[in-house]
Amino acid sequence: MKIRLENVVKEFQTFRAVHGVSLDIESGELVALLGPSGSGKTTILRMVAGLEYADGGAIYFGEENATDIPVRERGVGFVFQHYALFPHMTVGENIAFGMKVSKVKRTPREIAARVTELLDLVQLGGLKDRFPGQISGGQRQRVALARALAVDPRVLLLDEPFGALDANVRRDLRRWLRKIHDELGITTLFVTHDQEEALDLADRVVILNKGKIVQEGTPEAVCRNPADAFVMNFLGDANRLDADIRGGKAYVDDIAFEADGVADGSGQILFRPADVTWREDGQGISAKIVRVIDRPDSRRVLAMTGSGQAVEFDTAPEFPHRKGEAGFIDIRRPRVYASA
Amino acid sequence: MRRRVLPGLPLALGITLVYVGIIVVLPLAALVFKAASLGPEDYWRIVSSDRALASYRVTLLCALAATAFNLVFGLSLAWVLVRYRFPGRRLVDALVDLPFALPTAVAGIALTTLFATNGWFGGPLSHLGIKVAYTPLGIIVAMSFTSIPFIVRTVQPVLEELDPALEEAGQTLGASDLSIFASVMLPLLAPALLAGVSLSFARSLGEFGAIIFIAGNQPFSTEITALLAFIRLEEYDYPASAAIASVMLLTAFVMLALTNLMQARALRYTVKG
Repeated sequence: MKIRLENVVKEFQTFRAVHGVSLDIESGELVALLGPSGSGKTTILRMVAGLEYADGGAIYFGEENATDIPVRERGVGFVFQHYALFPHMTVGENIAFGMKVSKVKRTPREIAARVTELLDLVQLGGLKDRFPGQISGGQRQRVALARALAVDPRVLLLDEPFGALDANVRRDLRRWLRKIHDELGITTLFVTHDQEEALDLADRVVILNKGKIVQEGTPEAVCRNPADAFVMNFLGDANRLDADIRGGKAYVDDIAFEADGVADGSGQILFRPADVTWREDGQGISAKIVRVIDRPDSRRVLAMTGSGQAVEFDTAPEFPHRKGEAGFIDIRRPRVYASA
Repeated sequence: MRRRVLPGLPLALGITLVYVGIIVVLPLAALVFKAASLGPEDYWRIVSSDRALASYRVTLLCALAATAFNLVFGLSLAWVLVRYRFPGRRLVDALVDLPFALPTAVAGIALTTLFATNGWFGGPLSHLGIKVAYTPLGIIVAMSFTSIPFIVRTVQPVLEELDPALEEAGQTLGASDLSIFASVMLPLLAPALLAGVSLSFARSLGEFGAIIFIAGNQPFSTEITALLAFIRLEEYDYPASAAIASVMLLTAFVMLALTNLMQARALRYTVKG
């Protein structure tokens, strides 16, 4: 099922949570809504589900305008951040709940068969008679997914699905969710504030800031071509240096960088800590090492440029230089943006 | 390793047991002892006299009715207080405790004044042919008034803790409001409701001060068991009074034991296994 958001607006009493967001999600696509807290991503997801009403704009499921369809008739599967399993029902009863209350009548035997099938799908075969309080967080999340899938939803929506789990479980569940998605081919939209999770899992990433889409594209596109300094910073560790932009060049301490299409005036260059080479031959921005931090697979160097701006970069563990030594930083793949 | 329990287990345990002994067990033991001073035949004759039986019936039926009323009204009051924000909510919230704070005799007199045939409520009601004061209906009103806080105050915190996502999950799964209430909310509220109901019922069975003013206290129709025990006391017939009281004690005890069992069953999903 294709989903289309047209200029969707949501206002809460004190602030505007979502400002005119338009988005197309193709049938069978797995899309991540990525943004910091307060960026409106969960509100968008809840509007798609029908748990919040849009104050403006429209939401289409296929050709059907779903904006005013109440949540219980919208046919979405929703997985909540803290699972929201019914604590007084067993795992099997939780999964069966949607089928039992459905208008589509199923016999108890059909329901039982479907529950077994879903439990196998989420690899929880033996846990049918346990209560949610008796299984682990990762297992609960998988039960929540099975419960959402039980009603054959047109769209699957997940709100920070792995937010409450520890790092190892998260990675396993991510890979597993991707596999399930590929098997079922259901259109899936999920919300996360973890860029690694979004890049790892999604076909397409939609990055939000302050209730607006700032960039959308494949993980490759957003990583290689961040639209602005916010995206660059949000996707990962980045250094930032103030620059003067004159005639298509950005100048930092008299070193020039390409800045095609950036307006003259004050600007900034951003670059990843891995995209720096330390040199002693005068090529690059002059700098002095302030501190060296050791890591299992690398050495992180903190340096200060001639004009007093801090830079951090990663080197091989064999990096020989020490605190106080002077040299030059040579930047690969710098990105130049006008100052916000 | 020994874990230290503040403020020292032996001392705390000692004080608690002495307290329970003096304040709770001793008077009850005295009651049983007094009742036992009657022979079995006398005991049975007193507790199964027609007047006593009539008082049990009035007390039990009225307490059941009052508790049923409080179950519905107390739940909806708790619901409104938790789920809605309206001007005066804090005032209503504070008013809920009033029956606890008010001397029950004051409540009884106030209710009687209101529900007497010339009172604010009693007047209009008598035009409809409904008589409240000096009838079992009056007893029910007095019992409801004094015991409603038990239901509200036991349900309220549980309702506050109930995750709104549970209801939303029910909605996304296609359940109607009614089936969400019946199969999600109610089972989760059941243990608290049960606790509130049993407290409210026990309080209604034992209520005295508020009832005697409004009940009319006619033997065989509006005389409650607690009053009968009191009348025997005033006649200096202590063993008979104790015998009737022992029936109330037994009833309360059996009922609390039953609700404990039911609660354990309702909460079985919380057992780790």
